[in-house]
Amino acid sequence: MTATAAPQRSRRSTGGGAGRRTHRYSLGVQRNVTGWALLAGGVLCFVLFSWYPMIREFVLSVQQTKYGETSFVGLANYQRVVHDPAFWQAWRNTAEFTGLALLFGFALPFLIAVVLNEFRHAQGYLRVLVYLPVMLPPASALLLFKYAYDPGDGLFNSILSTFGLPTSQWLQSTTMAMPSLVLASTWMNMGGAVLIYLAALQSIPGELYEAAEIDGARLLRRFWHVTIPQCRLVLSLMLMLQVISTMQMFIEAFLLANGSGPEGATTTVVYLIYQHAFNLDDLGGASALGVLLLLVLAAFAAVYVRLDRPRG
Amino acid sequence: MNSQFRRALAMALAACAGVAGLAGCGSADQGDSADGKVTITVDCQPPKSDKADRDSWNADVAAFQKLHPNITIKSVDKFPCEEPASFTAQLRGGTEADVFYAYATDTDQVVNSGQVTDITQYVNDKTVPGLSDLDRTTLDVGRRGGKLWSLPRTNYSMGLVINRKLFKQAGLDPDQPPTTWAEVAKDAKQITDKVGHGVAGYADYSAGNNGGWHFTAEMYAQGGQVVTADGKKADFNNAKGRAVLSRLHRMRYSDGSMGAKQNLAWADLLKLASAGKVGMYIGAPDTIKAIHENFKGDYADFGMGPMPGETGPAPATLGGGDQYFFKKTDTPAQIRAGIAWVVYQELTPGKGQLDYVRGKRIGQTVGQPEPQLFTGATEQKVEKLRAANATIPTDNYAAFRDNPVPFKVEPPNAQAIYKVLDTAMSAVLTNPHADVTALLDTAEKQVNQVLAAG
Repeated sequence: MTATAAPQRSRRSTGGGAGRRTHRYSLGVQRNVTGWALLAGGVLCFVLFSWYPMIREFVLSVQQTKYGETSFVGLANYQRVVHDPAFWQAWRNTAEFTGLALLFGFALPFLIAVVLNEFRHAQGYLRVLVYLPVMLPPASALLLFKYAYDPGDGLFNSILSTFGLPTSQWLQSTTMAMPSLVLASTWMNMGGAVLIYLAALQSIPGELYEAAEIDGARLLRRFWHVTIPQCRLVLSLMLMLQVISTMQMFIEAFLLANGSGPEGATTTVVYLIYQHAFNLDDLGGASALGVLLLLVLAAFAAVYVRLDRPRG
Repeated sequence: MNSQFRRALAMALAACAGVAGLAGCGSADQGDSADGKVTITVDCQPPKSDKADRDSWNADVAAFQKLHPNITIKSVDKFPCEEPASFTAQLRGGTEADVFYAYATDTDQVVNSGQVTDITQYVNDKTVPGLSDLDRTTLDVGRRGGKLWSLPRTNYSMGLVINRKLFKQAGLDPDQPPTTWAEVAKDAKQITDKVGHGVAGYADYSAGNNGGWHFTAEMYAQGGQVVTADGKKADFNNAKGRAVLSRLHRMRYSDGSMGAKQNLAWADLLKLASAGKVGMYIGAPDTIKAIHENFKGDYADFGMGPMPGETGPAPATLGGGDQYFFKKTDTPAQIRAGIAWVVYQELTPGKGQLDYVRGKRIGQTVGQPEPQLFTGATEQKVEKLRAANATIPTDNYAAFRDNPVPFKVEPPNAQAIYKVLDTAMSAVLTNPHADVTALLDTAEKQVNQVLAAG
């Protein structure tokens, strides 16, 4: 090995001469420059449209503009938003939505994917059916739910009445408003998650199930000891993404419950940001709230990544 | 340089150019030129979908430019004239038109943004003919710190809007709308009971800050206010505030006359009204126009009475409107040109929006009792023109017109206060066990907190 490699190195160093070396070097530089040039456009877009606005948000959160004069106000915007009457309620509501959305929006798609995976026929059609709601524009889907939740003659109350069950005020009830949003959100968004889980399930080698069966494992044990561990990576990634996305819930509350809902029951942190930015002429306060939300999500992600790190 | 490298460089440059182009989209040139010609951009041009209004606007621009050959108007198609999210962003970025539209409630936002010019020195009887007849409350909507920042476009004051068809079906006289809250409650129940089909005898807002807005209007109608005169303390946790909320709660749950649908924001109520599902609500004449234009309601079905009070028409009602501001970067020539345009288009009887002869000819809405921008001889002139060219049944507004109620403008920090009061309104309309006293206690604390924070 060494005997053959050495002459090759030798041939390379002596055979091309300085001219060929320079040519190769210049080719390498050109290739690198090409790479950097291609990267520049993408990086520039990130800088201008993602990172700069984030930095700007931090800056705005410590500034206030009055009569055209912008001044540094330290943490005054943070103090003001913390004293906003809706501040703690918004965080409680956001946590409630996230918790409920995890309960339904995280577990349900996985269970549906497991069931779909068992179908030998028509799986393609079923996949399309499950994914269809994702293709509906969110505004249209939520409008449908708005009609369905109508406390007078809405679809859900009509169904409940047909079966002699008690009806609900849905979005007009402080206790039912948030679960109603979760239901709509889960229906709208779970198709994508189902497909991802299904792909993960289909990548599990069949031999593992056969081996488990030979060892006498029944359905639940196979699910617990084969399916879950094999999907762990996808499940943990989806959990983190779902928490980050549900903590930023806005459109469901905005379109279904006119933002705040009954007695503020659906006011979320992002809706509060919207209120400060566009209704209260308080960009400083909106930015401060945005920074607080970012910090909470970053802290969650950091803790999560730490806990999720493989042992050993 | 090989071809791959050149291509990559070209792509990167193109990307940069694209980004730079995007960033430069908002830049504007100065409107003055050496030959004395001046160009101004003006927003709120009606949309193409509203052909009659757009054609009228364009004709007005042409006529104005003929009168003032040195001025060029560049119309900015913007509908709605103000959409809060993009309006705030434009103000922040300084990309609004040279002469730009804003709601009365946004005066503080506009002035605080520093994107607007003080026009006090430009406004006088010569530049604004009929200035002395301009309604003082309406003009003062654009005044802050002793300076004038805007000229009014329209104004409104709230009264009681009724569905005449439902009144007749319920055996009530639509020419005699109720003038006290006790009568409103009685008539609402009668409409709900007699018409059925889930019709709400009376409806009110409780979402999107509209609930707080209407609570304020109803406090004014009680002879009260929501903040003290110095604007430093809440002033609704009293008998008048309790009367407003208790009445609504009673109508919703004891009388059952407010329908099942609550948490209504602005458009929700108007949609229900246009569908004939609401007997009465408080609002300005322009809500009937919105019902007609946006939701296909029929003018003949609606009428108005004065804002109800405790013993007769209210001592005061809530009013507001919209206005045109002048951008900070406008040159003196542009400001003068802008004022000339706003005066021509919005404030001259027989011209622009007040050209009722043309309005009748092309089928526009003519005959609503507002805007009522003037007083004295100028207002009489406008009224005469309006009556002579009416295209809607003006008698439907007789009770409103014949019982004028003075209007008060919104409180300082209005939207932040409305946001708090929305919760109280929502509670009395969605919670059968709502505790009015506790709701007002909480709202008072919260509004004081908001006012203290500034």
